[in-house]
Amino acid sequence: MTEKLFARPKSLADVSTHYCPGCHHGIIHRLVAEVLDELGVQDKAIGVTPVGCSVLAYDYFNIDMVEAAHGRAPAVATGVKRVHPDSVVFSYQGDGDLAAIGTAEIVHVAVRGEKITTIFVNNAIYGMTGGQMAPTTLVDQITTTSPYGRQAEFAGNPIRMSEMLATLDGAKYIARVAVNNPANMAKAKQAIKNAFQIQLSGAGFALVEVLSTCPTNWGMSPLEAVEWMEKNMIPYYPLGVIKASEEVAK
Amino acid sequence: MAEKVLMKGNEAIGEAAIVAGCRHYFGYPITPQTELTEYMSRRMPKVDGVFLQAESEVAAINMVYGAAGAGARVMTSSSSPGISLKQEGISYIAGAELPCVIVNMMRGGPGLGSIQPAQGDYFQATKGGGHGDFRNIVLAPNSVQELVDITILSFDLAEKYRNPVMVLGDGALGQMMEPAEFNPSNAEPSQKPWAATGLRGRTKPNIINSLYLQPDILERHNIHLQDKYTLIKENEIRYEQIRTDDAELVLVAYGITSRIARSAMEKARSEGMKVGLFRPISLWPFPEAQLFELTKKSSAFLTLELSAGQMVEDVRLAVNGAKPVYFYGRTGGMMPSPQEVYEVIVKTMNGKGGK
Repeated sequence: MTEKLFARPKSLADVSTHYCPGCHHGIIHRLVAEVLDELGVQDKAIGVTPVGCSVLAYDYFNIDMVEAAHGRAPAVATGVKRVHPDSVVFSYQGDGDLAAIGTAEIVHVAVRGEKITTIFVNNAIYGMTGGQMAPTTLVDQITTTSPYGRQAEFAGNPIRMSEMLATLDGAKYIARVAVNNPANMAKAKQAIKNAFQIQLSGAGFALVEVLSTCPTNWGMSPLEAVEWMEKNMIPYYPLGVIKASEEVAK
Repeated sequence: MAEKVLMKGNEAIGEAAIVAGCRHYFGYPITPQTELTEYMSRRMPKVDGVFLQAESEVAAINMVYGAAGAGARVMTSSSSPGISLKQEGISYIAGAELPCVIVNMMRGGPGLGSIQPAQGDYFQATKGGGHGDFRNIVLAPNSVQELVDITILSFDLAEKYRNPVMVLGDGALGQMMEPAEFNPSNAEPSQKPWAATGLRGRTKPNIINSLYLQPDILERHNIHLQDKYTLIKENEIRYEQIRTDDAELVLVAYGITSRIARSAMEKARSEGMKVGLFRPISLWPFPEAQLFELTKKSSAFLTLELSAGQMVEDVRLAVNGAKPVYFYGRTGGMMPSPQEVYEVIVKTMNGKGGK
């Protein structure tokens, strides 16, 4: 008698993805799908995908999906959720999408306390277009549009979206996690689960920022990229629960 | 027959949408259509509907995209500068083939322009507006009653063709008060098996999308869209003609301008001049063949617009050189008086027409 210990989550489509070797999107997709399965909401989940590396995520989840214009996923998710208040709606967005072109939409979805969940993948660069500077790019980080390194004097300092959004009353749960090692993956999954539970409780808006590598555009091997993230990103973007309402604390 | 009520144009659109079964409205204040947004904020909660004041026109149209994708009857409204902001979203809605109704109560432009009535968004409305090869169905009412009827019709057309429908009015129509009655549509509510509702027992996910990375597949999608537009051209031409049977000069005007044109025409008729009026109601699809038909009897056309000359290009394409086409327009929020138009008619009839 054999027991199946590990299987593909039902909410994850049985397809191969276009993600580069070492990219963390695949892990993050899986964690989201595992949470949807565990909460038993696959049948009423609707995901909203962004423009960026995860633009094709609508093919990777085994649930209804809506592909949004660049930055507009929170507005699109709002429209979906207001039509089906009993559904479980999430937006999945990168840092260019959420922290640059979509700042108004992410701020106001939190202001309204919209009952959706946002998975915010921060890899400090524009991946899909080939490695340009993002609002989250670190100072001195070299990208194709900051070839001499990001200079704070001209480009400002990287934005900490989670801390900013946590100041808004409608945001009920904000956490920053990473998936750089198994321990952090477990924490990331718990945070994602918390964020969906906030939605299910009807409390308001929840967001999980997941730090991710981009080995291709950082110009590193997957292992070097994980080390670079640990050495440079995590100190600037500290991990942990930034805000948690009573619904989670319970 | 429903009871007639005296209503402001903007508010009448709101009530018409509710009569049509619209229960989701996403808007943002802008003059001269704000009464519609305000009306929806009052009415929607009374009918268990959703009113949401978005953070921008950009957000509002993307909420429409989400709600339409989720299967709702949904509307947004704005005026010229706000409609410009919605164009990205309208292109996505057209690409993803989602039904929705978009109201544009036009004001003077370009830029921030003015808040008075204008018709300078004709090109934007009828030629696409956003990026890519797509068409909105564009309907132009000229009275409060027609704002009501056309708003109700727009929801049916949007769902029949899975296409955005734009109701193209102007500041004057939005602000004027006239009696109107509200008659619901007889059309069957359409099924939306394609909507993103959550699987709810379905095994194949529904995906709302306008991305086709493979060029051959995108071309196929575009051909499908064009086939749909051909069908719309065959089925959805709407227009009105008044006294065109014996007209030597045919005035061509839509929306509020058609009412000024009609007054001027009646004055000219009373002076014995053979003048008629052709009023396109569907601006896209444009009643091309019907207008060309008039070239067989009439000797000239005079297009009147609250713009520097936009619809006149479609009039010229329709007339196709068969007869001269003249133009008279006012811009910036200025409206010609019937007397002013009458004088242009006299000049045109005397062979001294404008450009």
